[in-house]
Amino acid sequence: MSRSKWTGFFLAGFFAAGLFGTGAAAQPRPQPAQPAQPAAVKPIAVVGAKLHTGTGEVIEDGTIVIENGLIARVGKGVAVPAGAEKIDVKGAEVTPGLVDSLTAVGLVEVGLEPATHDDDQGGKDPIRAAFRAADGYNPASSVIGITRAEGVTSVGVIPTGGLISGQSAWADLAGAAAPDALAQSPLAMHVHLGALNDDRGGPASALLRLREVLDDARTFQKNRAAWERNQSRPFSASRLDLEALAGTLGGKVPVVFHVDRAADILSTLAVAKEMGLRPVIAGGAEAWKVAARLSAEKVPVMVNPIEPGPKSFDELGSRADNAALLHAAGVPVVITTGDTHNARKLRQLAGNAVRAGLPHEAAITAITRAPAEALGMGARYGTLAPGKVANLVVWSGDPLEISTRAVAVVIRGKRVELSNRQTALLARYRKLR
Amino acid sequence: MSPSRARRPLPWLLLLLAPACAAQTAPPSKTTQAEKPAIADVSPPWEKRQSAAAGSEAPVPQGPPVLIRNATLMLATGKTIARGSILLDRGKIAAVSEGDLKAPEGARVIDGAGKFVTPGIIDTHSHLGVYPMLGAVGHSDGNEATSPVTPDAQTVDAFWPQDPGIERAVAGGVTTIQVLPGSANLVGGRAVTLKLRPALSPRQMHFPGAPDGLKMACGENPKRTYGGGRHTAPGTRMGNLAMQRRAFLDARKLEEDWVRYRSTEQQRTTDVRKKRAAYEAEVAAREEQKKKCADDPYLASCAEWKKSWDRPLDPPSPGEPTAPPSRDPAKETLIQAMQGKVLVHIHCYRADDMLAMLALADEVGFQVKSFHHALEAYKIRDVLAKRSISASTWADWWGFKMEAYDGIPENIALLQEAGAIPILHTDSEEGIQRMNQEASKALASGRRAGVALTDEDAIRWLTYNPAWALGIEKRVGTLEVGKDADVVLWDKHPFSVYASAEVVWIDGVTVHEKAKKGSPWSDFELGQDIGRPVPLLPGGAQ
Repeated sequence: MSRSKWTGFFLAGFFAAGLFGTGAAAQPRPQPAQPAQPAAVKPIAVVGAKLHTGTGEVIEDGTIVIENGLIARVGKGVAVPAGAEKIDVKGAEVTPGLVDSLTAVGLVEVGLEPATHDDDQGGKDPIRAAFRAADGYNPASSVIGITRAEGVTSVGVIPTGGLISGQSAWADLAGAAAPDALAQSPLAMHVHLGALNDDRGGPASALLRLREVLDDARTFQKNRAAWERNQSRPFSASRLDLEALAGTLGGKVPVVFHVDRAADILSTLAVAKEMGLRPVIAGGAEAWKVAARLSAEKVPVMVNPIEPGPKSFDELGSRADNAALLHAAGVPVVITTGDTHNARKLRQLAGNAVRAGLPHEAAITAITRAPAEALGMGARYGTLAPGKVANLVVWSGDPLEISTRAVAVVIRGKRVELSNRQTALLARYRKLR
Repeated sequence: MSPSRARRPLPWLLLLLAPACAAQTAPPSKTTQAEKPAIADVSPPWEKRQSAAAGSEAPVPQGPPVLIRNATLMLATGKTIARGSILLDRGKIAAVSEGDLKAPEGARVIDGAGKFVTPGIIDTHSHLGVYPMLGAVGHSDGNEATSPVTPDAQTVDAFWPQDPGIERAVAGGVTTIQVLPGSANLVGGRAVTLKLRPALSPRQMHFPGAPDGLKMACGENPKRTYGGGRHTAPGTRMGNLAMQRRAFLDARKLEEDWVRYRSTEQQRTTDVRKKRAAYEAEVAAREEQKKKCADDPYLASCAEWKKSWDRPLDPPSPGEPTAPPSRDPAKETLIQAMQGKVLVHIHCYRADDMLAMLALADEVGFQVKSFHHALEAYKIRDVLAKRSISASTWADWWGFKMEAYDGIPENIALLQEAGAIPILHTDSEEGIQRMNQEASKALASGRRAGVALTDEDAIRWLTYNPAWALGIEKRVGTLEVGKDADVVLWDKHPFSVYASAEVVWIDGVTVHEKAKKGSPWSDFELGQDIGRPVPLLPGGAQ
C-alpha cells in the first residue's frame, strides 16, 4: 500500500515530465520513466538580452535556445537553429521564470469564499499529513493568468490549517490547457507552528504532537506487517497520515516549518534533526537572529521581505534586512509572498529586499533558483541552464523595478498569453459604455 | 403676583435677552418663575462640536530652518522643478525656488543633488492605532461590532499612540493619516485625522482644523458580521441600505425636533416680549390717567378709569421653556454628515454598490467625499468625476472576496484619465510603509494601458488628492509657500522600488532620519529584543 501510494504521488510528475524531454537528469527524487516525445515543437530563440541566469551570473547580450520545452543552449554568441521562432529582445533582460514557493494559486479562487477553497482539509484533526494540495489544483483558475502575466511561472501550492497541514505540489502556471501542470507532488510537507491557532496550544505543544506523530510514522514504517496483523501499538494518527509522513523521514520530502520566533526556529531544528527530517523554515521573521545555526545546517529560509514590524509577539525581532542578513551569513534565502492573489507581487518583494541590503543577483536567485533548490526541484527549475525546463521571462528592464513589465513569458518552452481576466475587464471598460 | 415685583422688571428683561448675559445676571438665590431664563441656549449641540479634537494646535516647531538645494522638487501642483531649492522655516514652507535660495542664519542645509522632495504622503484609510501593527487581542479597537450602526463611536477615543506601525509608516514618508473605524458596521463612527508625530495621546496628534470623517460601509462586511455571523440584521445588501436609510432618517427627525424646539422657544420669547410690552404700556397708561384724574378728579372719564384700576395688573409670566430634545451623539454625527461638516467616507467596492449608496445619499441628503477600496470605480468613473467624489483605492489588490473580484491594476489610471479624483490608500500597516511603490505600480499599469500620465499625477494620488478628501488641502498636499512643512526627502526617484525616505519633516520638525536610528518611538518596543539599539535612557547614549 505504501509503495503504491508513492507511485501515485509521482504520477502527476510523470505526465508533466513528458514535455521536458531528457533534461531531467540528476533528480533528487525518483522520477518516472520518459514517456513518448510529443510532436516536435518549433524551437524558440531569445536573442540579445541581458540574462540573469539565477546563479548570480549575468550574461550581457546573451541568447537562449529552447527546444522541446527545455533550455538547450545559453550564452553569448550561441547559434540560433534554423526555423526557430526568434524573439529579438535587445535591451531587455531575461530571468528564469519566477517561483513563488508558498501560495494557494490554483487552490483558492476568492479569499473569503470558502466554497472556492481547496487548500484546507478542514475538520478538527490537526494532523492532515495525507492531504494533498495537488488534488485540489485547478489549472483553469483566473488567478493563474493574472499571476503569470507578472512573470511568475511556477508555484509551490501549499495546504493550510491544522498542525501538519499536508503536502504541497509544484505547479507550472501553464494554464487551463495544461491539466498536467503539476510537476511534483508531494513537493513538501507543511507544518504550521507558532501562535496562529489556539487549538494547537503554541509551539511547545505543537512540537510535542509532531514528535509523537513522527515517531508513530517511523514505527509504522518499520513494522508495517505487524500493523496489518493488528499487532502494533495504537498510533496517534491515521494510516494515511502515517504513510504520508514516512516520506519525510530520512529527508526524501522536505518539511516546511512555518515558524517565526528565533527560539521556536531552534526547537524546530532540534526536532528535525532528531527525526531525520529535511527542514525548510518559512516565515522566519526572527531567522536573522539564528542565522549562524541555519547556515551551518544549510537550512533554507523562506521570507517575505515586504517591510515588516512586530505583527505578533513571535515577530518582535522582525526587520527589513532579514533576507540580507541571512544571505550574508550564507543561509539559502527564498523570497515568497505567502499569498495567493498577491503572488504576482513577487518581484516587488525581491526589490524591497534589495532596498534593505540584499545584493541584486541574490534577490533574483531568491525568487528563481533558491526556491527550486529548497524544494528539491533544482535539477529541473530555477536557472537559465541547458537541460532545465524552459520557464523564463523577458523583462522590459530591471526585473525587480516597478516600472518594468514582463514582455514575454515562456512556460515549458511555450510563449504563454499575457492576457487574462483582468486585461479582459480593462478592454471592456477602456472606453466607458 | 405682588405689585412690588412689578416695579422692578429690569432683571427679568435682562434674563430674557441672551444666554450670554446669564452669567452676569445670575438669578438671586430665591428664584421664582418670572426670574428663570426665558429662553435657553437653543443652538443645537452639534454646532458646538467642531471635531473630536477641536482646539488642538500643532506644537511649536523645534529646530532650525531647513534648506534643501539642488533637488528635484515634485510639487504636486502639476509642476516639477528639476533642480530647485526649498526652505522650511517655523513649521511652514517658507520658499520654493527654481534657483538657489540663501540659507537663513543657523539653517540646516542639505545638498539634494540626485534626490527628490515631495509633500508628505497622506493615507485616507488607516487603522493604525485601532488595529495596531502588533495584532494583539487586547489592542483590537477598530470595530465596535456590537451593533451595526454606531456613529457615536470615534477612533480618537481608542487610538493607541504607541503602535509600532506609526514610526514605520513615517519611515515610508507618511505624515498624515485618517484613522477610521473598521468596516463591520454600516455606520462605524467618527474617523480622526492625525499628524504622525510621537505623542502620548491622539489629541496631541490631531491635524489642526481637520474635520472628522464618518466611516460607513456597504456590501459584504456588515452582512457577514451580523447576518452571517450572528443572524441579526443586516443579512443582505437590502438590509444594509434599509438600516442606513433608517439611521439617517432618524437623525433627520432629531434635526427637525431641534428646528421645532428652536422655533417654539423663539416664538415663546417673542410672545412674552409682546405681552410684557403690552403690560408696560398698560402700567404707563394707568399712571398717566391717575395723574390726569388727580389733576382733575371731576374729569368725566375718571370714574370709568377707576373701575379698570381695580382690575389686578400682574406682569405676564414668561412661562416654562420647552424642554430641548435629548442629546444623541450618534444622530448628531449623522446630522453633521448631512450638513457636510463631517466628511463621509464609505467602504464600497462594487460599482453597483457605489451607485446604490449615491442613490441613498441623494435620498436622505448627504454628500460622499470618498469611496474607499472602490475597486470597481473604473466602471463608473464618469459618474464619480461628474459628482466630484474621490476614489480611495489600492494599486493591485483584488480577489480576496467577491466584491474584490473585478479589481484591475489600471483602476487609478482610468480614474485620472476621466478627470475623477483618484487616491492611493492602504488600509494596511504593511502597505502604508511603501505607498510610493503602490503609486508607482498604479502609474506603471496605467502607462502600459496607454493612459497618458505624468509623475506629478501619481504624486497627487499620494498627497493633494487625499488632502482634499480629508478637507485639509489648504494646509498640506503640495509644496507651496505657506503650507505646513510636511515634507519628504527621497534618496532616489520615489517611484523606484529601491527608493527610501531619507528625511521626513512634519511641521518642519524632523520625525524620521534614515541615517540616525535612535530608540524606538513606541514604548512597547523599548527594552524589547527587537534587533535595534536600546538606550538606557530615552535619548541617552547608545
